[in-house]
Amino acid sequence: MNTEFLVIGGGPAGLSAGLKAAKYGVKVLIVDDGISLGGQLIKQTHKFFGSINQFASIRGIEIADKLIEQGKQNQNIRMMERTTVVGYYDDGSFIATRDDKSYVINAQRVLVATGAAERVVPFRNNDLPGVYGAGAVQTLMNLYGVLPGENVLMIGAGNIGLIVSYQLLQAGSKMVGVAEATSRCGGYWVHAAKLKRIGIPIWTNTTIVEALGDNKVRGARLAKVDKNFSPISGSEFEVACDTICLAVGLNPLVDLLWQAGCEMAYIPELGGDIPLRNEDMETTRRGFYVAGDAAAIEEATSAMLEGELVGLAVANSLGYKVPDYNKQRGRIISQLKELRGAEISQHIRKGIEKLKQTKNYA
Amino acid sequence: MLKIDGVPQLKDIEKILPPEEIRESKPYVVIECFQKIPCDPCHSACPTGAILPFENINDIPKVDYHKCTGCGICISMCPGLAIFVVDETRDGYDLISLPYEFLPLPEKDEKVKGLNRSGEPICNATVERVLKGKRKTRVITLKVPKGYAHKVRFFKRIE
Repeated sequence: MNTEFLVIGGGPAGLSAGLKAAKYGVKVLIVDDGISLGGQLIKQTHKFFGSINQFASIRGIEIADKLIEQGKQNQNIRMMERTTVVGYYDDGSFIATRDDKSYVINAQRVLVATGAAERVVPFRNNDLPGVYGAGAVQTLMNLYGVLPGENVLMIGAGNIGLIVSYQLLQAGSKMVGVAEATSRCGGYWVHAAKLKRIGIPIWTNTTIVEALGDNKVRGARLAKVDKNFSPISGSEFEVACDTICLAVGLNPLVDLLWQAGCEMAYIPELGGDIPLRNEDMETTRRGFYVAGDAAAIEEATSAMLEGELVGLAVANSLGYKVPDYNKQRGRIISQLKELRGAEISQHIRKGIEKLKQTKNYA
Repeated sequence: MLKIDGVPQLKDIEKILPPEEIRESKPYVVIECFQKIPCDPCHSACPTGAILPFENINDIPKVDYHKCTGCGICISMCPGLAIFVVDETRDGYDLISLPYEFLPLPEKDEKVKGLNRSGEPICNATVERVLKGKRKTRVITLKVPKGYAHKVRFFKRIE
């Protein structure tokens, strides 16, 4: 298969990039390994923050529907779900598999918008059935309509832990509590406040040390931690639960970029190993772009803006006429800057600053 | 505490309350949004211009209480479910309107327990109104004892 612009990952970043490039005439192929395009958006039943000029106050699932519908309406876009890009070859081709077929894809421009993988925490018995990642819980609950458990313990009070806890309550589970190893909730205060007023405990300075149960989770042993996150002896307490949900952070999913020889840097503020890239999100390998969580662990609004930026750059670099290119580009860059302007986004700004100081920054 | 578990304390709430003459004369909005986050839909949701324009998307919302009619449209537009409308003008009781995203919905005149910001039951309450709201967030108005409008922020159904 040949295309001008291959987008790997049809989440908020990939869809936005594909739509933007296709608008100016670029032939786009978007591939995604999920049963539907939309990435994490299709599991997000909560309303988005951000600007009313973008998607604020609209639920993630509705944003996905809108973007996918626009993609279907656009003749320049081909979308393939259930399709996994498994490798990149030196001759410039990608191999993708779908069902029992495999495809060789050649493209002039590529966007890796593969998102992120969930982190885990080590604790005794963490392989017991009933221990889930928050992504799996959301998939079961919001995509397949299956309640993962009746009494759930959440580990991690970042936005994902807080939001998924609330969604579990909406789906009919009981929340036993939320344990957070640091001294405060990392997520938005309003998300924590929503749980607290329902009466859900949030235990700060607390970690899980053991999942209890023989063949499945029947409870958990938690402990207070010291400044170095070591459990304090004598502080242990037990809770009864049938499900332990881990929401302890994400790592950018960048395997294809490693394989393609893009230069990487380890920047913890952005989630770990990430590719070097310029302001248009082009990596050190010409024609290879990155956007969304694969570029830095952030959120969907910035992913969509980064995607649009890539779509513009791709259309422009392929010679398609983008009448107000500089103006549009400038506007998106300033929107990203504004979005990252608050104290809560300090780590992102610091990470981007580090990235710019890296040798070989394009 | 706000910085630890997102729960505003009395001193945080007192800072955002309107002057006495407003509180005594009409229902008004209480926006419990104390953290600078990139979010602005409350401003454009407001039909009377009471929620002032944002200079920066990370600003904390500011209210011109003279313009606020307590209509409650902003309640269901707020992604953080952080907006409430309080009515302290009634004789013998207060009204508190809050966002609600659970099923099944309570019914009008249903007796419930009023919960405070930490989820503790603090009073008996009655469901006064169930509004459809916008964007699939319902708005529930509770009748609570006089003086509880700034204490009750959720409710528990009695089984």
